[in-house]
Amino acid sequence: MLKKRIVAFLTIVIVLFGVVAWTSPTIVKDVKLGLDLKGGFEVLYEAEPLEGGEAVTKESLKETARNLETRIDKLGVEEPEITTEGSNRIRVKLAGAENEEEIKEKLGKPVNLTFRGPDGKIELDGSDFKQNGAGVGYDNLGNPFVTIELNNAKKFEEITTRLIGQSLSIYLDEDLLSSPGVNYAIPGGSAQITGDYTVEEAKSLRDTINLGALPLKLNEKYTQSVGAKLGMDSLERTITAGAIGTVIILIALIALFRIPGVVASITLITYTWLLLVVFNLMNATLTLPGIAAFALGIGMAVDANIIMYERIKEEIRSGKSLMSSLKAGSKNSMRTIMDANITSILSMIVLYYIGQGAVRGFALMMIFSILLSIVTNIFFSRFLIMLIIKSNMFTKPSYYGVKEDEIRAL
Amino acid sequence: MRFDTKIRFDFVNNRKKFFIGSIALTLVGIISLLLMSMNFGVDFKAGTNMDIAVGKQLSQQEANQIFESVGISSATTTIGGAGDRVSARFNDVLAQNQITSIQNAFKEKYGDDVSTEVNVVTPDMAKEMGINSIYAVLIASVAMMLYVIIRFDWRSAVAANVAILYDAFVVIAIFSIFRLEVDLTFIAAVLTTIGYSINDKIVILDRIRENLRFGQYKNNEQLASLVNQSVWQTMARNIYTVLAVVIIAVALLVLGSESIRLFSLAMLIGLISGAYSSICITSPLWYVLKSKEKRKSAVKPTTSAS
Repeated sequence: MLKKRIVAFLTIVIVLFGVVAWTSPTIVKDVKLGLDLKGGFEVLYEAEPLEGGEAVTKESLKETARNLETRIDKLGVEEPEITTEGSNRIRVKLAGAENEEEIKEKLGKPVNLTFRGPDGKIELDGSDFKQNGAGVGYDNLGNPFVTIELNNAKKFEEITTRLIGQSLSIYLDEDLLSSPGVNYAIPGGSAQITGDYTVEEAKSLRDTINLGALPLKLNEKYTQSVGAKLGMDSLERTITAGAIGTVIILIALIALFRIPGVVASITLITYTWLLLVVFNLMNATLTLPGIAAFALGIGMAVDANIIMYERIKEEIRSGKSLMSSLKAGSKNSMRTIMDANITSILSMIVLYYIGQGAVRGFALMMIFSILLSIVTNIFFSRFLIMLIIKSNMFTKPSYYGVKEDEIRAL
Repeated sequence: MRFDTKIRFDFVNNRKKFFIGSIALTLVGIISLLLMSMNFGVDFKAGTNMDIAVGKQLSQQEANQIFESVGISSATTTIGGAGDRVSARFNDVLAQNQITSIQNAFKEKYGDDVSTEVNVVTPDMAKEMGINSIYAVLIASVAMMLYVIIRFDWRSAVAANVAILYDAFVVIAIFSIFRLEVDLTFIAAVLTTIGYSINDKIVILDRIRENLRFGQYKNNEQLASLVNQSVWQTMARNIYTVLAVVIIAVALLVLGSESIRLFSLAMLIGLISGAYSSICITSPLWYVLKSKEKRKSAVKPTTSAS
């Protein structure tokens, strides 16, 4: 019966380490590296209308971001991260991109909307459309169509008269978006574009036309670019530093706390592995401050262990049996650890919502590490140590870092 | 619970020394900030920052010559790493073609092994980041204070928060005094200091709260003794924990890459200050606040904890 516990303990540890050793290479390889580790560059753009006029709308900002994404895709850069921030900003992160100058030049250009005749001749451009004049309507059957309004009704009537029976293709930059046919001459300066659109497609076409009518100019507000070699160098050195620090801590833990120290080492390794797994599952990007947070998370996880074991040691010293020391120790330390961790999480959540760029990555990593630390270093750790104590094989107080003469009789 | 913990040093009755020492450091910090401000990096001060690893030894003079050769003379350069790395600061926002010409000039002289990191920040962005960071620190500390008020009481919240803000300030003051460069990750370091420092404070306050539940005190001497015992009962944990994190921070400082070296240093200062202030500021300050409380009877029921 008692032997069973130690067998259970060993089985869990062996299986766990097997899984860790088996999956680690793949996991480490799958970690998405940020541009500060892999090389690449980041630009924060602030958008403003090209020709003064109206303020930047949310739709036009999103449309611009979408447009940047298509341009980047065409340049063959993998996994671009493009996010809109606030009311007029777009952040572009391109990890692993090399031809920075060329990409930046292409991204900085305002969009160019054109309507072209069958011969490719440009009949209308963005400036011919009323600002925010495009909309989406629905016919009797609920099929969407796009409405447009033009500045110059005469010009449009002339074009549509000339192109009856032919098509008037819509281009954004050099991309063909849609190629509606002209059925009859259209007077009055407004028209409907019908086609086999889904609601999404119609809305997207509307936004594109509105953006074309009022293209945004993108100003670079902040740029960061890292050479690939410099990034790799940072990565290697930071990981080495973190690993050395961790090994020293593991040795110190075992020296100070003996059996619980061994358990702490097991849970710490599990914790590190789990953190990477979760990190990959979230598809998060590892940055340099993220690694620092990772290392610090290990420190805080160690803290959770130390608080608990110090408490258990105290209980043993007060003369309690091992089992009741464990129970009292982990119960009493739980409150402390929880209060401490929750306050830390609170500060990191604030940081995440207020911070920008690298600071956000740091905060996110910290939040994950604290949550996982609670699971592994409190619950898992307690479970393992319970198995050991119940096995009755390690009963001497010295196994727990307590000297016999420190123990008081009850 | 155990009221026979050996008190090796009386933190409560020596509080004046700690308070005066800390106030003195704070004043020095304020004076330094007023006179010299901080050595802001590009993140907080508009301009361009280039970090160039050339893969070969070079001198500052050689680096400056290269900058001048492409027509840029306003660079502040320092040689770092193992003498093979140049950090250059320009107060202007460099255009992409200027940056490229610098990179090409270095590549021409030192070969294709040259690798650069470039940061460009425009003035309004720099200002925004600075203000943003101050908000972050203040809001984070308000959030933590509220939590401590809910879980403990206002005295603990005040005692903890004063010490935490002090810790954050110590990091800022030391960076100001020694002219160390402040960038965006510095804020992350200060916030980690805060997050970590609160851990320490909670552990001690939690022990005081627990000892209050078991022991009653009749006068201020007994209260002082209770606080001292709480400090000493948690001393081992406090030292071990700080050591654990200090080991990691030192490893990152000594072995880590250039870009997180100052980050690790800021964190190290914060961690040490946090450990000090938990024991020497928070605990005595809590005692001062608590001893002023008017007791209705000799037996004081305390907030119970689950």
